[in-house]
Amino acid sequence: MTMLETRKSETAHPARPAPSGPPAPEASVLTMAGAINRALADELAADDSVLVFGEDVGALGGVFRVTDGLTARFGESRCFDTPLAESGIVGTAIGMAMNGMRPVVEMQFDAFAYPAFEQVVSHAAKMSNRTRGAVHLPMVIRIPFGGGIGGVEHHCDSSEAYYVHTPGLTVVCPATPQDAYTLLRAAIHHPDPVVFLEPKKLYWSKAPVDTTAPVDAAEIGRARVVREGTDATIVTYGASVGVALDAAAVAETEGRSIQVVDVRTLTPCDDATIFEAVRATGRAVVVAEAPGFASVASELAARIGEHCFTHLEAPVRRVTGFDTPFAPPKLERHYLPDVDRVLDAVDSLHWED
Amino acid sequence: MISDDLLPRETPVQLIDEHGTAVSDPRYAPPSTERLVEAYRALVQGRRVNDQCSALVRQGRLAVYPSSHGQEACQVAAALALGDDDWLFPTYRDSVAVIARSVDPAQSLVLLRGDWHSGYDPKEFHVAPQATPLATQLLHAVGFAHAATLRGEPTVVLAMCGDGATSEGDFHEAMNFAAVFHVPVVFFVQNNEFAISVPLSRQTAAPSLAHKAIGYGMPGERVDGNDVAALLAVLDTAVERARSGGGPSLVEAHTYRMQAHTNADDDTRYRAREAVQAWVERDPLTRMQAHLRGAGAIDDEAEAVFAAEAEQVATALREAMNAEPELDPEDLFRFVYAERTPQLESQWRMLRDELDRAAMAGTTAGATSPGATEGAR
Repeated sequence: MTMLETRKSETAHPARPAPSGPPAPEASVLTMAGAINRALADELAADDSVLVFGEDVGALGGVFRVTDGLTARFGESRCFDTPLAESGIVGTAIGMAMNGMRPVVEMQFDAFAYPAFEQVVSHAAKMSNRTRGAVHLPMVIRIPFGGGIGGVEHHCDSSEAYYVHTPGLTVVCPATPQDAYTLLRAAIHHPDPVVFLEPKKLYWSKAPVDTTAPVDAAEIGRARVVREGTDATIVTYGASVGVALDAAAVAETEGRSIQVVDVRTLTPCDDATIFEAVRATGRAVVVAEAPGFASVASELAARIGEHCFTHLEAPVRRVTGFDTPFAPPKLERHYLPDVDRVLDAVDSLHWED
Repeated sequence: MISDDLLPRETPVQLIDEHGTAVSDPRYAPPSTERLVEAYRALVQGRRVNDQCSALVRQGRLAVYPSSHGQEACQVAAALALGDDDWLFPTYRDSVAVIARSVDPAQSLVLLRGDWHSGYDPKEFHVAPQATPLATQLLHAVGFAHAATLRGEPTVVLAMCGDGATSEGDFHEAMNFAAVFHVPVVFFVQNNEFAISVPLSRQTAAPSLAHKAIGYGMPGERVDGNDVAALLAVLDTAVERARSGGGPSLVEAHTYRMQAHTNADDDTRYRAREAVQAWVERDPLTRMQAHLRGAGAIDDEAEAVFAAEAEQVATALREAMNAEPELDPEDLFRFVYAERTPQLESQWRMLRDELDRAAMAGTTAGATSPGATEGAR
């Protein structure tokens, strides 16, 4: 398969950190790609059973440079390129996890992970259940996902529903460099397979990242209120968190106080945090890039409807991608949920009653 | 440059012909008589297990049984070629190999009985769960062996599949990964000529399945799959090669599925009885029996002992399958994750309440029928 994405040029992002340098100070400013790199490096350093492999992850450092410098620092036996075969990557990772390793594998792009689907769904997800807990698979499948980068076909899918629909998988999706670092380290410590979805639109977003806090397993399964608000709640994840925050800022100028919840972990879903937030405001909009039909957004909306009904002033609204294949680059802006579409949904939440 | 070493022979390796006569081979020495007696003993057990399981299906005690009747030499050799620390990655048709690796027969049949998806602890027996999807376990075997290599452990992994599975993409990916990373895996293909109803000619146009090996840069060998002596000699060599750092290899055993795919299959729709009958002459048990008797290695007394042992296994199997184990519905939720999610906890509470109400209704109404449950609502 040809890699045709229009990755942003390296010169535009000179702040990407050198992974093999001295330990960073407590809250160095990192891109999300840099934060993931740092998490991988810290785990490789901390645990000999951690391995990183996939396509182009070695000398090149990954097509998004997420694994930059890892082979040089940790050696070819710890971070290595594989043949170009995604089922092979996930299938051998399963065997490695059966035999005491903690593999962290990279799928190059969302849609290029599909050849591995059977291994993910029929084996990674089910091995613990199949063996009555005798064989756990501590492995992480990293997948750059979603649109917003002007990528051509097969480079922009939001494939989370496939994984979330599969019992046995834990599905994590960070929206900030800090969460990328924190959640990836927690994912590598997790006893079960984790699908780690990296919003590729956010790879070059920058923020301070504290890399000194101890790894906290409980970060997985924990949603977070990332903006306080009293009038309505936007529940979202991944690249859409930024859209929701932008929409909330605009709404504030219009006199509406919008709360934003970053779901962070799609499976298991932190119902308690989400329900508490929605009950407090009485209105909810769910925002996600994926096609809306039978989606994670649908599930969130359904759960909120079932559990918060008596607190709701209006039906839960969803703002999602269309039920079409992802748009070509020149039509992408029409496809992706944006601030206006989110605000329109907020406007429709029965304010007049 | 292409090395001839990687190509299989024109005809499968055979050390004992179908009449039980030893055949000399330029490369492979015959296993010791003691080893052949041990293998024969396992063949007798394997045949008995196969036939007992088929009977248990007819009696409704097993949901399904894909029999390896006629393929017992492959089953036994795969198990005996491995050391205690080596690992076997079997398929659903390889129960006899799993049992030959010391897994309790009743535990190996948990999947086919319908009690759970797998019944033994893989780590206790060094046997992966029997794979139902085709060829997917080959990649697990490669990764498992790769991990052992990275830690400097001498583990060898033997991964089994059938001729149909060689058409799957994962077969290709597993062979390729194994060769590229030079890992200690023996790919053991039982070519029994049918994938349910589809004959080998619809799976491949290659000269043989073993010929595929050269495309990956590993050696391929063909062996008479009903000759346990040849199988042991060829698999021993492949295992030794893997253990000594020689990398992976592919062994294709030519054998035949003597029975239908499973009890749910009707093989009269796609193959002639004469074709099946022709393979009766090549039965793996009768030729080994003739050979060992001819060599004076077994007599009536030894045969009686082996038969009695096999009968014991069959009896234990029958008793285990006739027992009604108490299945715990909470198990549905126990092993999905290391730690139960809040959602699964709540779903278990719902099921538990249903069960409690049903039990209550059963107690008060003195009935346990679904109708009684409905009435309690």
